[in-house]
Amino acid sequence: MSDRIGARFAQTAREGRAALVTFVTAGDPDHETSLEILRALPGAGADVIELGMPFTDPMADGPAIQAAGLRALAGGETLVKTLDLVRAFREQDQATPLVLMGYYNPIYVHGVQRFLQEAKEAGADGLIVVDLPPEEDEELCLPALEAGLAFIRLATPTTDDARLPMVLKNTAGFVYYVSIAGITGAATPDFTVVAEAVARLKRHTTLPVAVGFGVKTPEHAAAIAAGADGVVVGSALVDAVRSSLDGQGRATEKTVAAVTDLVAALAAGVRRARAAA
Amino acid sequence: MTAQPQPNSFRTGPDERGRFGIYGGRFVAETLMPLILQLEAEYRSAKDDPAFQAEMGSYRTHYIGRPSPLYFAERLTEHLGGAKVYLKREELNHTGSHKVNNVLGQILLARRMGKKRIIAETGAGSHGVATATLCARFGLQCVVYMGAVDVARQAPNVFRMKMLGAEVVPVESGSRTLKDALNEALRDWVSNVHDTFYCIGTVAGPHPYPEMVRDFQSVIGEETRAQMLEAEGRLPDSLFACVGGGSNAIGLFHPFLDDTDVAIYGVEAAGFGLSGLNAASIAGGAPGILHGNRTYLLMDKDGQIEEGHSISAGLDYPGVGPEHAWLNDIGRVKYLSATDDEAVNAFQVLTKLEGIIPALESAHAIAKVLELAPGLPKDHLMVVNLSGRGDKDVPQIAERLGTKL
Repeated sequence: MSDRIGARFAQTAREGRAALVTFVTAGDPDHETSLEILRALPGAGADVIELGMPFTDPMADGPAIQAAGLRALAGGETLVKTLDLVRAFREQDQATPLVLMGYYNPIYVHGVQRFLQEAKEAGADGLIVVDLPPEEDEELCLPALEAGLAFIRLATPTTDDARLPMVLKNTAGFVYYVSIAGITGAATPDFTVVAEAVARLKRHTTLPVAVGFGVKTPEHAAAIAAGADGVVVGSALVDAVRSSLDGQGRATEKTVAAVTDLVAALAAGVRRARAAA
Repeated sequence: MTAQPQPNSFRTGPDERGRFGIYGGRFVAETLMPLILQLEAEYRSAKDDPAFQAEMGSYRTHYIGRPSPLYFAERLTEHLGGAKVYLKREELNHTGSHKVNNVLGQILLARRMGKKRIIAETGAGSHGVATATLCARFGLQCVVYMGAVDVARQAPNVFRMKMLGAEVVPVESGSRTLKDALNEALRDWVSNVHDTFYCIGTVAGPHPYPEMVRDFQSVIGEETRAQMLEAEGRLPDSLFACVGGGSNAIGLFHPFLDDTDVAIYGVEAAGFGLSGLNAASIAGGAPGILHGNRTYLLMDKDGQIEEGHSISAGLDYPGVGPEHAWLNDIGRVKYLSATDDEAVNAFQVLTKLEGIIPALESAHAIAKVLELAPGLPKDHLMVVNLSGRGDKDVPQIAERLGTKL
């Protein structure tokens, strides 16, 4: 299970660097452009892809990812189309791990077993579902593990040592450490505090630890990458999509490049982190 | 839904996971999970603490003005010519609605937990005003999230909250109404975990909120029970209350759930009618997950949440409290609906016959009383929860009736 995820983190570890985990929203700004972006990400330096499944009420997300979701929904993106994107991506790329990220309701309404089967067949490697804490593991986490999909859990600054074992128990693939108590794309974290938190997590797990929330620039990415196994960037990338759109909110010839240029810069940041250290 | 076996008691829920049958639960981000576990522990300890209960009882009496009367609506009863109709007068509470019952409990709990900053969401503004009021009383910082659309159409309540010292934050995200105000309040809470208490306005949200808010509102039904026994020497035959999130309804219903001879009716907002835009989550929705719990939701076939519509801003929420979802499925409570037109008619009937201007929310429950009371015997005792006063709705009714104020 989750061969691609494990293999990729093993590879970046051998290269002596952290993995760059990139988040984009499926169907943003439209389905076709979204597929182009997806296909261009590995070449630009993305090691792991998180593909956001749009939802009307993303309670853990800041304005950038909220807006990306609404752009996608306005363009007619659905869960079925998102799985089509995964399938189309996987036709051309068998190596890059792809993780679906979102909220539980669209999955629940689609049908848990049906979703797991379709996501696995399409070529997804794992799931991050924000509103399913370990207390609700029976809903999706355990069925996902059974279906051969990694269930990647978020650990946060409010997750204390007493709670951590429960959070890590059914986690697979990697652990996603949320750098701040807050929403995506908000304040820049204190990198010293994050490094301590990553060290604390590593005392409890052998899984790779990726850090996200508030990572916007190559400098931020480099600072995180000095100690973590992965760096997650999301809001900055969907903001790059937004900035590239025309007055009517449509994709332009700059859209794909806006994302890949930033990914390339972030990848360089991740690569120089430990070279400098 | 398929028929389920009836439990021995309808009053034991939720279970330790916060479930009422399949409904309820704790569907929140990990950041909030430790906070709601702590809240639950603090609430359990407060609930069993006689000093906390005594403090709440004292403020109920001297600040809110409880007990609220159970009033025999003599002229309405004569007019309808059937069941004997009683009104539970929650509109006479300080701040003008049942909302204050819950806010008092939560604010006393926040003080007990040492929280200095209170956040709340509001739709029409009743919960926001109640929260701002209690925060003024106890000198707490208060931030109220309100959809930008609602801020524009509820200007008097916005001003009231500001006078009371609250900061009102217009929410521009999503559809800019109540559900988005709730999202934004949750985002605030995630971002301010150490000093902030989230005072939710209805029986929704992650466990323990649906249970805790129900307990604070159950004073309505407990008083009604005692008052009816005193007035008539027996329990009522039927209960009626409007249901948006459903806090006034569960407050009236819960103490009667095991009295199976008492027929219980919740009334959802049918808006333009159940085939058109409406806010009737049980009648027109399906089970899903939003705002921390599983319940009936208005949504499309892809699980995207849809906007509710009702003439009443207090009822146009696309979900309903999880305990109501469960009570519906097991058949203990029957959920009906009233359209905008029926509610406006009921608003006028009660105003003219009893000299009581009901909130448009409560008028939905009155509408079903107007429909059903005439066909019932004269010894049928009916209680309807008059959950709020209608002064806030006067401009809207005037506009609808073609009167320029």
